[in-house]
Amino acid sequence: MSDTMKENNNTITIDGREIPFKEGQTIMDAALAADIYIPHLCHRPGLKPHGSCKLCTVEVNGRSASACTLPAAKGQEISNNTEALNGVRKTITQMLFVEGNHFCPACEKTGDCTLQAVAYHLDMLDGHFPQFYPRREVDASHPGIVLDRDRCIMCELCVRTSREMDGKDVFAITGRGIDAKLIVNSASGKLADTDITTDDLAAHICPVGAILIKEHGYEVPIGRRTFDLHTIAEPGVEPVILRKGKHADEH
Amino acid sequence: MESHNGPTGQTGAHLLHRLFEVQQQYMHIPKQSILELAGELRLPVSQVESVVDFYSFFHRTPRGRFDLLFSNCTSCGDTAMMRSLCKRLNVTPGETRADGLVSINETSCIGMCDQGPALLVNSRTLTGLTAIRLEQIAAQIEAGVPVPEWPVEWFRVQDNVRKNGLLLGTAFETGSGLRAALEKGPEAMLAEVTQSGLRGRGGAGFSTGMKWKFCREAKGDAHYVVCNADEGEPGTFKDRILLSSHAHAVFEGMSICGHIIGASKGYLYLRGEYRYLLNDLHAVLKRRHKARLLGKHILGQAFDFDIEIIVGAGAYICGEESALIESMEQKRGIPRVRPPFPVTKGYLDQPTVVNNVETLAAAALIAVHGGAWFSGHGSEKSAGSKVLSISGDCTTPGVYEYPFGVSIQRILDDCGAEDVQAVQVGGPSGTLIAPDEFERKLGFEDLATGGSFMIYSKDRDLLKVISNFTHFFAHESCGFCTPCRVGTTLLKNGLDKIASGHGTKSDVDEMYRMATMVKRRSHCGLGQTAPNPLLDALKRFPEVFEQRLVHDSEFEPHFDLDAALEEARQISHRDDAEAHLA
Repeated sequence: MSDTMKENNNTITIDGREIPFKEGQTIMDAALAADIYIPHLCHRPGLKPHGSCKLCTVEVNGRSASACTLPAAKGQEISNNTEALNGVRKTITQMLFVEGNHFCPACEKTGDCTLQAVAYHLDMLDGHFPQFYPRREVDASHPGIVLDRDRCIMCELCVRTSREMDGKDVFAITGRGIDAKLIVNSASGKLADTDITTDDLAAHICPVGAILIKEHGYEVPIGRRTFDLHTIAEPGVEPVILRKGKHADEH
Repeated sequence: MESHNGPTGQTGAHLLHRLFEVQQQYMHIPKQSILELAGELRLPVSQVESVVDFYSFFHRTPRGRFDLLFSNCTSCGDTAMMRSLCKRLNVTPGETRADGLVSINETSCIGMCDQGPALLVNSRTLTGLTAIRLEQIAAQIEAGVPVPEWPVEWFRVQDNVRKNGLLLGTAFETGSGLRAALEKGPEAMLAEVTQSGLRGRGGAGFSTGMKWKFCREAKGDAHYVVCNADEGEPGTFKDRILLSSHAHAVFEGMSICGHIIGASKGYLYLRGEYRYLLNDLHAVLKRRHKARLLGKHILGQAFDFDIEIIVGAGAYICGEESALIESMEQKRGIPRVRPPFPVTKGYLDQPTVVNNVETLAAAALIAVHGGAWFSGHGSEKSAGSKVLSISGDCTTPGVYEYPFGVSIQRILDDCGAEDVQAVQVGGPSGTLIAPDEFERKLGFEDLATGGSFMIYSKDRDLLKVISNFTHFFAHESCGFCTPCRVGTTLLKNGLDKIASGHGTKSDVDEMYRMATMVKRRSHCGLGQTAPNPLLDALKRFPEVFEQRLVHDSEFEPHFDLDAALEEARQISHRDDAEAHLA
């Protein structure tokens, strides 16, 4: 059977729109290929799907599932952009905000931050829940990279990127439950003693301001940052997010 | 066989076992030991560290030379006793006394619900606590008498089997099941298991025959059998009895499964709380080796199979099969994304059957007596019997075995439970039912249960019970997915607010909304069931919440403004009236 044949036979339906998928694709893969936005934070094309943030929660034939991990299968009827599901996503986003310490106006990542962009997309206007105010350690030991755990959302993008793309093993999550936290793989526990460099993709992948490159603050003024010019739901915005410091409009 | 992810095959070499030894030696895991273990086991430092931080029984700072953990279960726990011992020994709960002699804390249910209150002291189980015993314990600690020299009767654990049934009451001759299975051959034996209608006894109830068939058909370099003895559901202790008095049947069930699926290795994952069973279990394995029921050429045939025991370290989530596999692979117990399921990609990514202790014991009996014998008992959709752990407000707590289809009322009558307010069937993750439902029946078609059966009389404060369970889930959440990680804590905080008399109607509505979301959207069974006690109670016992609500005020802030100033008062060394609000 040719690929086209397969594609023709293999379709799923998202919010009434029938789209093709290839064998081995997840619902998220198929949706992204068809320019359908399913909100997500811990997912990044090219990395092993994780399924932890649950922002990509969809309903597949009435059952709740993560679009980024569930393999697409012929005939799936998927609800995505519904009021109820966006409500769930907004709640989850609020939960991510209150469990950490996120002060957007004081964060270098503002305007380039995926968490913030998703929050705007979902019309989130407040944290709603009482703040947890956790005490988390900042690690500024590395000459080129700073780790501000206050903003970490446990998406493990850095963990996976370091392992899968950089061929290293710089980051890990430790602890359990609400005490889970990001650690680095070195005897001292300090970033300076790992083999990470500013050239590593893991140093740039963070969707929030937890991992930042030093000495490159506010190079792009507020007002001309990624999500000042794009919305998170825009097709093809993923690669743009990574080009922080230089925007699609400044080649 | 050697792998960077998995244990090397010797019992001592597993990270959890090595960490236990270090914890015993230093009463904590020193940083230096983490580095050494990482080198020894060829694991990343961050992996060793993350395992230390994940499991409740490992500590980064020194515990006392006498480290006591009181169960906080509603059946085998007594935190008032804990507080009184703390007072007696001048210890702050959770902290180590300045002289390093003693530390006291709480732990989740330790499976002694039929003979509580109970505690763990230096990882040994101590049952049947009384005020007098507490005083004796305090004296032993103050005198520095090492735990192995404490009176042995303090550590006695009774089986307390009150009612025998199909599984506990049928005599089992060691080796008979395996002999029958080898005679029949794998296909015919699998057909018997399938015909028996046996379904997983952990609570989920997946067909055992089907699971074994899928695993047998899955391709891999090796196949594995895992016995899930991480019995952590509060109120459950039936596996404890199966492991202490029916271990041969359990190991034989594992071996039979191994023969069917083509495995030569099996693992029993024992919860850390049951470490006291370890020596006896190893002795049984040794006897089975001698009898040629384990090892090479079992019973003279071309079948090699061996069993190893891995001991957990205090993490309820490891009862979830894929989290258990992660734990076996020396990692944090984080449930995997499914599919793929363990039957195709389990331990070391190879096809793996994970079964409950009771399921495997039943399989051994099915090998001897046949599938029809088993399916002849129980109800239409739930063949066979269920071993229950009954505890709480009744005259004779203990282990009771019933054919499926038995009514709740019948069970309550048998164990001497009167004036019952509610029954928690299947543990906190199960169903809370009220008296008008006591004619309901146990079985996969009505009330499914992994074996926990907790009874609450009319004298109990049900809100305290619900609060206990809600705290339990927040403590045991692995932290992987957002709904469960944050949601279980939000539910805990919300319930605390109501219990402390500060809750309003809107807090209840808010909790209902959150509970529904966590249940529906969490990654695994823990999050999907964590809100059950709360949701069941809101539905069946709304008055226990309403009684505590603030009605005369329209607004109740989430936090106490005056209490929030406490830190400022401490810093400024002030405690006068002016430093307080109102």
